[in-house]
Amino acid sequence: MAERELNFGEALNEAMRQEMQRDPKVVIMGEDVAGGADVDHLEGDEAWGGVLGVTKGLVKEFGRERVIDTPISESGFIGAAVGAAATGLRPIAEMMFVGFMGVCFDQLLNQGAKLRYMFGGKAKVPLVIRTICGGGYRAAAQHSQVLHSLFTHIPGLKTVVPSTPYDAKGLLISAIRDDDLVIFFEDITFGGIKGAVPEEDYSIPFGKADVKRAGEDVTIVAIGKMVHHSLAAATELEKQGKSAEVIDPRTLSPFDEDTVLSSVEKTGRLVIADESHPRCNVATDIAAMVADKGFDYLNAPIKMVSAPHTPVPFSPPLEDHYLPNPQKINEAALGLF
Amino acid sequence: MDIPKDKLLWIYERMQLIRVFETRVSTEFGKGKIPGFVHLYAGEEAVAVGICANLTDADYMTSTHRGHGHCVAKGVDVRGMMAELFGKATGICKGKGGSMHIADMDKGMLGANGIVGGGPPLACGSGLTAKTTGTDQVTICFFGDGASEQGTLHESLNLAAIWKLPIIFVAENNGYAESTPAHYHCSVENIADRAAAYNMPGVTIDGNDLFAVYESAHEAVARARAGHGPSLLECKTYRHHGHFEGDAQTYKIAEENEKYRTELDPIKRFKDAVLARSLVSEAEMADIDGRVNAAIDEAVKFAEDSPFPEVQETFTDVYVSY
Repeated sequence: MAERELNFGEALNEAMRQEMQRDPKVVIMGEDVAGGADVDHLEGDEAWGGVLGVTKGLVKEFGRERVIDTPISESGFIGAAVGAAATGLRPIAEMMFVGFMGVCFDQLLNQGAKLRYMFGGKAKVPLVIRTICGGGYRAAAQHSQVLHSLFTHIPGLKTVVPSTPYDAKGLLISAIRDDDLVIFFEDITFGGIKGAVPEEDYSIPFGKADVKRAGEDVTIVAIGKMVHHSLAAATELEKQGKSAEVIDPRTLSPFDEDTVLSSVEKTGRLVIADESHPRCNVATDIAAMVADKGFDYLNAPIKMVSAPHTPVPFSPPLEDHYLPNPQKINEAALGLF
Repeated sequence: MDIPKDKLLWIYERMQLIRVFETRVSTEFGKGKIPGFVHLYAGEEAVAVGICANLTDADYMTSTHRGHGHCVAKGVDVRGMMAELFGKATGICKGKGGSMHIADMDKGMLGANGIVGGGPPLACGSGLTAKTTGTDQVTICFFGDGASEQGTLHESLNLAAIWKLPIIFVAENNGYAESTPAHYHCSVENIADRAAAYNMPGVTIDGNDLFAVYESAHEAVARARAGHGPSLLECKTYRHHGHFEGDAQTYKIAEENEKYRTELDPIKRFKDAVLARSLVSEAEMADIDGRVNAAIDEAVKFAEDSPFPEVQETFTDVYVSY
């Protein structure tokens, strides 16, 4: 029998549905996550279910007490989610676009991330914040950002960047069951990505990278959308006589150092693809880690492919120039031979 | 209040210019000519124009994601606007901002904004500049009903009040924050009632009645120019389009939508009012219609014919780029 395929959003929806069935303390909150609150003629199915429809239909099954539309008050509802998590609920909060994190940053940086530590371990914050990130949608500077590096820097937060529907479901279930605050990044261009997803619930452990393609000559560590670009680059490299191994860390905090180091030990070459701005990002962090712990494995300098140090431009030719792509990854890898 | 004839003609021309601009943007977006997101202002024209009829180019304005109408009312060139929406080098922001970040500092237009509630603190800044440098410039701070629940707005109302800043906070209450109705997301029926908490005048008016908007704005602008501090003006209105182009608008009530597109339409109501009182003739308005249509045709042609920016533009206008 053929494996069932879901798209990225459907996989996330199923993860939330199954966790809400399993645990009555799981609630969803955010702007338009149900949609059309208090609109008499709207039954659950016609409502938005989030701006990309990822939570569509959940209000019909679980009601508005558990799928809660919020006003456009990011500080308020993210802070409320932190407080609810610290007192017994397990909220999944949807921050529509990662740029909007700017509005509620205190509630993450100074509250949610620090409660457990400051309270001597007497509080836990089992909160997941799902958010849309990434360029390529012509959504301009405030709606196209890739900020996982910023959140990975903050102690007390876990950061998850899935690249496939299978990983999305398993990682979101882990995130919901995790007792820490998890920021879960969903690339805006992933709507059309389909893949095999088991119907039963399953979890993927944090801090365990996935080798998306095995290879011998060069290691490409790729984050989020860069996984797909790197697989395309690897196909091209194969034609050019180079065998690339593509590693998807899947979670950035915690980070699976061993899988990356073992791969570099085998290949001797490392390219890191990250849509972040080029300084103080996850790519530079991985590069520093490999320089520290895997220096003797390297036969060539470490190369990073990132977005430039500019805001995301609106105009299509500028945004195309801005974004990392398979060709840039391919060129970086070839430059190591 | 009597509005001078030349001002009435200007008002009609600006309202039509917004309507035709937005209708055309919808069409061009549908054809795939305009990338990204667009949030259209059609249906709310009397608010932007009724307010801006009381301003000069030197006055400031902060705007929202639904900012095209504010730009047109403030006198921003529609050719540069259309080119910006097309992502062209001749755009008012060189194609680097797009619909949600359209701005024109020369006209005091401090930017549309992709962040709901992003504008009010900036408005306090331009208000502070005017107050500190001793000019009589006022700032209009447009925000939607959705932004009325943001902390930034409440902090800004308080700041403006304690510093007596020359700001008119204009709530454009179109009934919905995206798909969420105001009666759910807002603790009060009238946003302007909150003015009492910040010790400033608050007025709720029919935002589709150009004359009501003009008069209320006239008073609030005079108060601000005279150094008597901020006001909060709530204009109840309605958007003809969805939150964004492509929104199926299932949350809207069909009869309500129809009513606002016909008998409650702000431009129709303005036309009926001025014709009934013989203030402006059919012929004068037809003449304006012709000029507006030509201007928008020309703007689209200008946008289409303009080049995209060179890729090197990616690295300009930012402190240190690489």
